[in-house]
Amino acid sequence: MSQLEALVEDPWLHGLVIGFLVLNLLMAVGGFASWWERRFAARIQNRIGPNIVGPLGVLQPIADLIKMAQKEDIVPRDADRVLFNLAPALPTFLALGGAAVIPFAGSWGEDGRWQNQLVVADLDIGILWVMALAGLMVFPVWMAGWASNNKYTLLAGMRAVAQGISYEIPLLLSALVAVVATGELSISGIVSWQAEHGWLIWRLPVLGFVAFLLFFLMSLAEANRIPFDIPEAESELVAGVMVEYTGLKFGLFLFAEYVHTFVAALLAVALFLGGAHGPFAERVGPLWLLLKAGLLFVSIYWIRWSWYRFRADQLMVLCWHYLIPITVLLVMGTATMVSLGWL
Amino acid sequence: MADEWIPAAIYLVLCLAAPLGLLFGAFAVRVRARDQSPAKFDTYECGEEPDGVAWVRFHPRYYIVALLFVLFDVEAAFLFPWAVSLRDAGLIAIVDMAIFLGILLVGWAYAVRKGAIEWQ
Repeated sequence: MSQLEALVEDPWLHGLVIGFLVLNLLMAVGGFASWWERRFAARIQNRIGPNIVGPLGVLQPIADLIKMAQKEDIVPRDADRVLFNLAPALPTFLALGGAAVIPFAGSWGEDGRWQNQLVVADLDIGILWVMALAGLMVFPVWMAGWASNNKYTLLAGMRAVAQGISYEIPLLLSALVAVVATGELSISGIVSWQAEHGWLIWRLPVLGFVAFLLFFLMSLAEANRIPFDIPEAESELVAGVMVEYTGLKFGLFLFAEYVHTFVAALLAVALFLGGAHGPFAERVGPLWLLLKAGLLFVSIYWIRWSWYRFRADQLMVLCWHYLIPITVLLVMGTATMVSLGWL
Repeated sequence: MADEWIPAAIYLVLCLAAPLGLLFGAFAVRVRARDQSPAKFDTYECGEEPDGVAWVRFHPRYYIVALLFVLFDVEAAFLFPWAVSLRDAGLIAIVDMAIFLGILLVGWAYAVRKGAIEWQ
């Protein structure tokens, strides 16, 4: 750890080394999540799941990668070739990028303050960075939907954009609860505040819990997970915007979903569950953060395999009629508590 | 502070390089079938013959959603600086923001009342 800290001085090396570490961690999680999810789903549905390639089927993602790379790359005749080929690379890029401002470890400094470590870039507008990248996520989906020149993908893209932009507002507002309560815009500032004053989920009575729950659910909607996976509704829209994609281009869309889900879990932990804070935090490094995020990640797939999908119009009514006023009231309630000095 | 943006930029480049590298790698080793029958490059519409291009007109309800989104997103842009300076500004900030949000919520109530978001 001390050698890593020496690198903090030099921004170029710091970006390269920590960035490389974080990137590889996320890519590994995103890759092996597909194996894990299939095993998990199989267990829920009383099936066997992948168990041939490697012990317990662990090497299945690698076999999938090789298989997908070998598939013939077909671009439909009438497709917009530039957008069609560019679209699969962007979701992975945006999902990975969000993790830049999340501190993966931390410890108590000698002055009794919480010090965040292992953060790629400790931007003081961290939350805006995350939200900006999350907001861009509708572009690759729409690019794919439009460029495929297929009626199903166009419909799916339209729905995905409508859902993405609608659910972005309650997502922003529920994240804002953390900003209001701590008075910090940087993720590491929010984590430090929680380490010193208590995790927001219970430090902020009731409001903190509701805000966490809503933020978590909105992250599912942004990552297009059940119960909010209308963009991929395979029973009505074939496979959403991915219909025309083959091989690794299709694989990258799936991969991006896993990464996006994990980054959303990391973010929910950093905003409401104290980030890397926990007993013996200085010894275990990033373990606390990964454990908490892992639990959230598991529950996302638990929800996915036990829940049903909302209809497109029900999603919009849920968002605009209920979630937006609720989150507005949450922000105002938290702000009132802060002004009255209760925090 | 500028120092923080250098690692951020490097990280973004790495993030973009990873999927692009995968795509180019797959492009380099890709398999090409000898049979290039025209049917293969048809749009896949569950076996139906595609009827015309897909870039058709769609329902205006999406346009209404986009309008409402702009309204509330601008609101969020105002909320962030307010949230940071809340502790210094005191109770008057709460009152100001309550008035601002109240006006917005009247617009929201109008949209809900008009059934702008009910798609059925």
